[in-house]
Amino acid sequence: MTIVVSTTGSDLDAMLDPRFGRAAFFLIVDPETMAWQGHRNSAADAPGGAGTQAAQLVAGLKAAAVISGAFGPNAFRALEAAGIAMFQSSQAGTARQAVEDYKAGRLERAGLPSRSGRHG
Amino acid sequence: MATSLALSLAADGKAPLFLDCDVEAPNAGLFLKPTFEQRSDVSVLIPRVEEACCTSCGRCAEVCQYHAIAVLGKKVLVFSQLCHACGSCREQCPEDAIREVPSVLGVLEAGPAQNGIAFARGMMDVGEPMAGPVIRKLKQWASPGDGQIVILDAPPGTACPVVESIRGSDFLLLVTEPTPFGLHDLKLAVQLGQELSLPIGVVINRDGIGDAEVEQYCGTEGLPILLRVPFERAIAEGTARGRTLLEIHPQMGARLRAVLEQIGARLGSPP
Repeated sequence: MTIVVSTTGSDLDAMLDPRFGRAAFFLIVDPETMAWQGHRNSAADAPGGAGTQAAQLVAGLKAAAVISGAFGPNAFRALEAAGIAMFQSSQAGTARQAVEDYKAGRLERAGLPSRSGRHG
Repeated sequence: MATSLALSLAADGKAPLFLDCDVEAPNAGLFLKPTFEQRSDVSVLIPRVEEACCTSCGRCAEVCQYHAIAVLGKKVLVFSQLCHACGSCREQCPEDAIREVPSVLGVLEAGPAQNGIAFARGMMDVGEPMAGPVIRKLKQWASPGDGQIVILDAPPGTACPVVESIRGSDFLLLVTEPTPFGLHDLKLAVQLGQELSLPIGVVINRDGIGDAEVEQYCGTEGLPILLRVPFERAIAEGTARGRTLLEIHPQMGARLRAVLEQIGARLGSPP
């Protein structure tokens, strides 16, 4: 099983990016071995629809769960449809810490979308 | 400003067609007091996926530049609020599995207003994010009489709804205020007007506050300042009560007429 963390940088010690759709990177991590791989989020600079695009990217990484600071309503709907569990971390910290928190059951499941999408 | 200019034209026997294009928050009706006699819904065509025919190939999501369709495993999700109704997904679907269904965005209303002014406005439904199609339909729906001047009251800013409002106009009158904020937005609006090759004139509202930088900028850019509206409590109180500038200060009539004359002169025809 692997999980995805939204991050500001490309490695496990990068900070968690509090935004899902516009996160700079998605880090795919195996919580057992802590092996990881970084993927640049091609949706980060999308003029609109970043959430839906990022959700498809994460679904393509075959993750069982995703950790971020906030999920917009469109990303939420898409991730939910893809059957990917969403976890929220309100703490500023590294991806490594976020995964440790996840393993220890310290992260909350994301409920209602945390902010409304923007449109141009 | 737009409502006062409309009333000024009407007083000269040239009652215009007035279009309130600020469809997110139309307020010109508060001043011109129209009686709406016609209504028409505005809708756009958004995709609906026939699941029986869909093979989840992902082509629709790939061609949608607004990311309004997501294909996740066997599921296809349509995000109608991101959809720009371009039809690419239907066009490109190899299985012909996409139908288009109308989705209502808002309503257009029209009717006579004060002093013979023909009035029309668009109003978006609550929660709808897409102003562009409502403005586009409003401009098609309400047509002026022969030789009738059209005044379009555009939303603030320089985003898509403003572009949609001012596109195709003959003259762009920018209302600003003499502050760093005013100057910042004015510069963007001027760039937009120049991009669309529109002749531009400037009105300085709340004249007397701030600094002289807007004036200097207009001087450097060769933009004519057609009117200054003083910063006065009486004007703020009056507009808050739904009175136009012309009604608050009837002596502004001559100056508003001069604005219209200058615009006419720049366009090479009388207003």
